[in-house]
Amino acid sequence: MLAQQIVNAISLGGVYALFALGFTLIFGVLNVVNLAHGAVFMIGAYAALKAVVVLQLPLPVAILVAMLVTGAVGWLLEKFIFAPLRARQAPHLAPMIATIGVAITVTSLIEGTFGSENLRFPAEVLPAEILSMGGGAQITWLELEIIVLAFALMAILLWGLRKTGAGRALRGLAESPKAAALMGVNVEAFFRVTSILAALLGGAAGVLIALYANAVFPHMGQPMLHKGIAVVILGGMGDIRGALLGGFFLGFAEVLSVAYIGSNMRDAIAFGLLFIVLLLRPQGLFGHVAQRRA
Amino acid sequence: MEWLDSFWATYNTLVLSIGTNVLLALSIYLTLATGLLTVANAAFMGIGAYTAGLLTTQLGMPLIVALILGSLLPAVVALAIGRPTLRLSGVYLAMATLAFGEVVRILILNAEGLTGGALGLNGIPQLTQWFDVALAVVLTLVVLLRLARSRIGRTMAAICQDEIATEIMGLNVRAYKLFVFVSGGALAGLAGGLNAHFTFFISPNEYGFERAVDILAMGVLGGTGSPWGAVIGGLLITLLPELLRGLGHYRPLINGIILILIILYSPKGIWNLFRPVSESTRLPAAP
Amino acid sequence: MLTLSSISLNFGGLQVLQDVNLSVPEHGIFGLIGPNGAGKTTVFNLVTGLLTPGPGSIEFMGRRIDRMLPHRITRSGIARTFQNIRIFKEMTLIDNVLVALGGRPSYGVATVLLQWRNYRVAEGKDREVARGLLSKVGLADKSEQRAARLSYGEQRRLEIARALATGPKLLLLDEPAAGMNAVEKQQLIDEIVKLNAGGLTIFIIEHDMSVIMGLCHEITVLNFGRVIARGTPAQIRTNPEVIEAYLGKDEHSPSRPEGVSP
Repeated sequence: MLAQQIVNAISLGGVYALFALGFTLIFGVLNVVNLAHGAVFMIGAYAALKAVVVLQLPLPVAILVAMLVTGAVGWLLEKFIFAPLRARQAPHLAPMIATIGVAITVTSLIEGTFGSENLRFPAEVLPAEILSMGGGAQITWLELEIIVLAFALMAILLWGLRKTGAGRALRGLAESPKAAALMGVNVEAFFRVTSILAALLGGAAGVLIALYANAVFPHMGQPMLHKGIAVVILGGMGDIRGALLGGFFLGFAEVLSVAYIGSNMRDAIAFGLLFIVLLLRPQGLFGHVAQRRA
Repeated sequence: MEWLDSFWATYNTLVLSIGTNVLLALSIYLTLATGLLTVANAAFMGIGAYTAGLLTTQLGMPLIVALILGSLLPAVVALAIGRPTLRLSGVYLAMATLAFGEVVRILILNAEGLTGGALGLNGIPQLTQWFDVALAVVLTLVVLLRLARSRIGRTMAAICQDEIATEIMGLNVRAYKLFVFVSGGALAGLAGGLNAHFTFFISPNEYGFERAVDILAMGVLGGTGSPWGAVIGGLLITLLPELLRGLGHYRPLINGIILILIILYSPKGIWNLFRPVSESTRLPAAP
Repeated sequence: MLTLSSISLNFGGLQVLQDVNLSVPEHGIFGLIGPNGAGKTTVFNLVTGLLTPGPGSIEFMGRRIDRMLPHRITRSGIARTFQNIRIFKEMTLIDNVLVALGGRPSYGVATVLLQWRNYRVAEGKDREVARGLLSKVGLADKSEQRAARLSYGEQRRLEIARALATGPKLLLLDEPAAGMNAVEKQQLIDEIVKLNAGGLTIFIIEHDMSVIMGLCHEITVLNFGRVIARGTPAQIRTNPEVIEAYLGKDEHSPSRPEGVSP
């Protein structure tokens, strides 16, 4: 059944990577550990669900709506939390704690509004056809779409970062805001764009996981956040390639451990890895000890 | 004194909770005042709670013994993970302790034979009396107040402001960090043990992320200027949801809003907690 | 007293120090100069244990200190000030010095907790010592003020008081004259001479040539991580390599205001 495990690992890993990308973007560019990323993820799931159930939108549109909603949340975060703290020259850890507050607040609000039970997508919405691939592996249309969407989003992001002028500006900004400003980059605008972009990715990941597991509940962001942290630490904070590789690494580690060790300790795998990496090589497997100049 | 009896009948859990929350706030005050953002105290509380709870239910030990051992075990664990973990700083330390907390919760969840797993530990004898909690709080406060005014408190504040300068002045920064981390863990364990014996039922989720944020909110609200801040923080965080009528189960929401507001608008006193640049003692070589 | 033998340090592909040898004799005032980025502060960081060298060794009073933890190095008798002043701005002056005295504790945790009166007595003695040090640098009248309110020059003096509180035998001063006016510089020079006369060995990094040349018995010159010259002030002043390092060829010497044309 190895082929099957590999398929599972790729779809799971793809979503982890997508989530981690958003998380690492904010760290790399804004230098903030955004612990509200899990809440954004959760909002994406709820937005898609409600778009389908309440607004009767087809699934692809619902996914877009979800991304729009989370993008807006990203904008709000930057405008009301990150930017003011930057302006005040707040100490390093302040934004992180503020995002903890946001995460907790948002989760509580969602729980109060929609209840704490597990909500599901209506069955007719989820494409359930199963395709058979070689080697005894089976994949549902849904899983295939998830993989395609995750990869597509990541590809667009990577292409954007490498090939467009805006992407180059963003990378320059990540290395040195002062230098970027001197070269005429509108730093504030780019910070806003980054926050929106990261939230988009997080929200998309939320929808995908919600579809994958067919479960939407208020606290779903939290374990995901922890895994996102693990992935980003593994791959190196702020390192795009690291987030990608780390995401797939975790996906594979989890799927294989469930298959061969048992599912109870699945979540502990991520944290165990995180802990070990932090102790042995804090800059991650691919990261470097980045010294932020000016 | 009839009103006292009826008051107690209604509010005894609340009052006792104030006491244990003050202990928790004091436990995080220690690390925050030294400039360490650690969110492991919820896990230490859980370890203490389960240890003490199991000792009384399974082995019939008296409360005082259970409490002592329930503080000792978290302290030992803190010592074990403290040495490597405290080499990290800033966000990495926070994330490592976050991860540690989750690992503990998952371990408790999975050790079903011992801890009852997701079903939790039931039937813990209601042994905690108000004077147990009061005694614990008073003793801890006296100790911490004295420490804070002594060279130890001064050194903690110095480490918070500038770790390297403090080390250069001949002070073993690593040892101080370990001291506050382990003491904080022991305190949190004590709070857990006391708490378990008046709520009589505990489960792993009691000691997860929500609890960690609870404790953090108390610490941030109270500030790091003095142990009294922790007292105020613990008091307010416990009482606020109750005072705002019927919002008792919106406690996380309140904590979240408090955290956001404090960070955005707090007076300078709380800023001292976070120095602008986090550096570990051994610099990566720089020209 | 302090010997660096074949010290090299590489960071991220950059060879920060290369085969540095220097020796600080006891009781002297020893200077380290060189253009910006030559590696002078790195030498201090290595000596005080904030960095670990690659190959090479550092010895202080007969003991190897290159692998020791910083606080142990300090306790063995080396104190330092920093280029960008690192006083505790939020604390009072006297607390700043008291923290440094905490490295040689006259009482322990047990005393604090159980013998309050003894602790008070010991703390009182420490305060006396702290006040004494503050008056030595002329800051006694401001002892209860917050350090952030001091002027730049006063902050430097506080740093020195704090360094002295650790009871050093060797004092490392990293550009102590930076940002000072002429009067303050003279006061600094007098202070250093006094400290040296009292038995303290001084190791000083400085850019201001008048300070260095006036104070030091011996000077080592660093450029691009290598020692390029060593000698008395007079020798260094006329050393062509030193002149070239600072100013390039065919330029004025660092100490002659009217310049020398080749």
